[in-house]
Amino acid sequence: MRITCPLCGDRDSREFSIRGHETYLDRPAPDAGEAAWDNYLHLRDNPAGETAELWYHGAGCAAWLRVRRNTLTHEVLKVDLVRDLTGGDHAD
Amino acid sequence: MRYSGLQVLAQGLMGNRGWKPVWRDPEPKPAYDIVIIGGGGHGLATAYYLAREHGLGNIAVLEKGYLGGGNVGRNTTIVRANYNLPGNSEFYSHSLKLWEGLEADLNYNVMHSQRGVINLFHSDGQRDAYARRGNAMINQGDDAILLDREGCRRMLPYLDYDQTRFPIYGGLYHPRGGTARHDAVAWGYARAADQRGVDLIQQCEVTGIDIAGGKVTGVQTTRGAIRAAKVAIVVAGRSGQVAAMAGLRLPIESHILQAFVTEGLKPCIDHVVTYGMGHFYISQSDKGGLVFGGDLDFYASYAARGNLPMAEHVMEAGLTLMPMIGKARVLRSWGGIMDMTPDGSPIIDKTHVDGLYIDCGWCYGGFKAVPGSGFSFAHLIATDRHHDPAARFRLDRFRRGVLLDEEGTGSQHNLH
Repeated sequence: MRITCPLCGDRDSREFSIRGHETYLDRPAPDAGEAAWDNYLHLRDNPAGETAELWYHGAGCAAWLRVRRNTLTHEVLKVDLVRDLTGGDHAD
Repeated sequence: MRYSGLQVLAQGLMGNRGWKPVWRDPEPKPAYDIVIIGGGGHGLATAYYLAREHGLGNIAVLEKGYLGGGNVGRNTTIVRANYNLPGNSEFYSHSLKLWEGLEADLNYNVMHSQRGVINLFHSDGQRDAYARRGNAMINQGDDAILLDREGCRRMLPYLDYDQTRFPIYGGLYHPRGGTARHDAVAWGYARAADQRGVDLIQQCEVTGIDIAGGKVTGVQTTRGAIRAAKVAIVVAGRSGQVAAMAGLRLPIESHILQAFVTEGLKPCIDHVVTYGMGHFYISQSDKGGLVFGGDLDFYASYAARGNLPMAEHVMEAGLTLMPMIGKARVLRSWGGIMDMTPDGSPIIDKTHVDGLYIDCGWCYGGFKAVPGSGFSFAHLIATDRHHDPAARFRLDRFRRGVLLDEEGTGSQHNLH
């Protein structure tokens, strides 16, 4: 599997580590309640098909990326910088 | 047809022309008392124990492919009860006891081989952790022996004891652990369930779950609608999709786990051996192939195949530990779809829908759990009460913060 980093170009997936589903971008407020935190930490749609995840380019530019990917084929569809999606905030 | 040595002999003398198919191929009836979705190891075992332990007969198992074609036919066949945490410990202990009586119970040779599992350790800290685990196993009534380096050397002379990076300090030996023939487990349960009147319906994919007034009423399938008072979901890696048919969102993400088999070799690895410092474990099948694997690829996947980095890592770890296997040629590799929970422990529970039950989240440890899971899930379905050894496998434990995190790695699907 290869991932095209918006900053570094086409790279081996070994350069990246995965955090998990992009749910992690929507961190609830500390007092948001059990259901919101359960949703954030545990519950997943778990799609067989297109999904979106957070990957970290640790052996490259050290940017957080949102990778759109197909879980049935391992095809990488689109890669965005998280900072472009969140206006500068990193995951977490 | 009951199997016996005499019968094998008689059939052998008559050219093996008298064997008959061991289960029926029935048409689905319009209604059952209980419909089990998923004809894998856990689903078939559930059907069998519903019939045997609870005297229930009007049961169908619906399988979208063929019986035992999922993870029960695609795993590395290890059977063990070496868990640490209350909640897991008693469950796997119960499951191992069922394994030990399984062949007589099913009248089927599942080739259960208690050859022993040895978990190697490579530091003082890891030895302490394994000593503690061994004590937990003994407290549970199971067996554990802490081997020192020389003890390991006597049993496993082929390991590289002189490696400087991760020297072998010893191992935790679980003599009652071992392996079984994976397909035979599915076939044995299928045959025994069929003999007790369970309808095993293959090529029948569930496409919808019917719910009226908060109560389940049946399922829609590719072979028509089937009414049922109770419906049980046991579909491993596909749990997310099937649960979604009932409006249920699960604490599960499906991940890929790779495994590998070499060409057949003469007997050389007599136990199940796990490496404590790399993602590698190994045993030798009765056909002679070395069966080994490692850890998840770490990203969500339904592809049933992995990528090269983890394959490379597993090979490297294996060669570091036992250089002798370097000349063996790998025949094939494959990937299973693992229903990973955030704490690495399974779920056997009711759902928010009356009459709808779910058994899932076995991560990559489902094979050894087949008898225990079937037994406990059948108990829940039949009595609406949790079976004691599985009472902590609750669907809502994540929300409540009562995790069963055996590895202590945290609440994230790919960390276990």
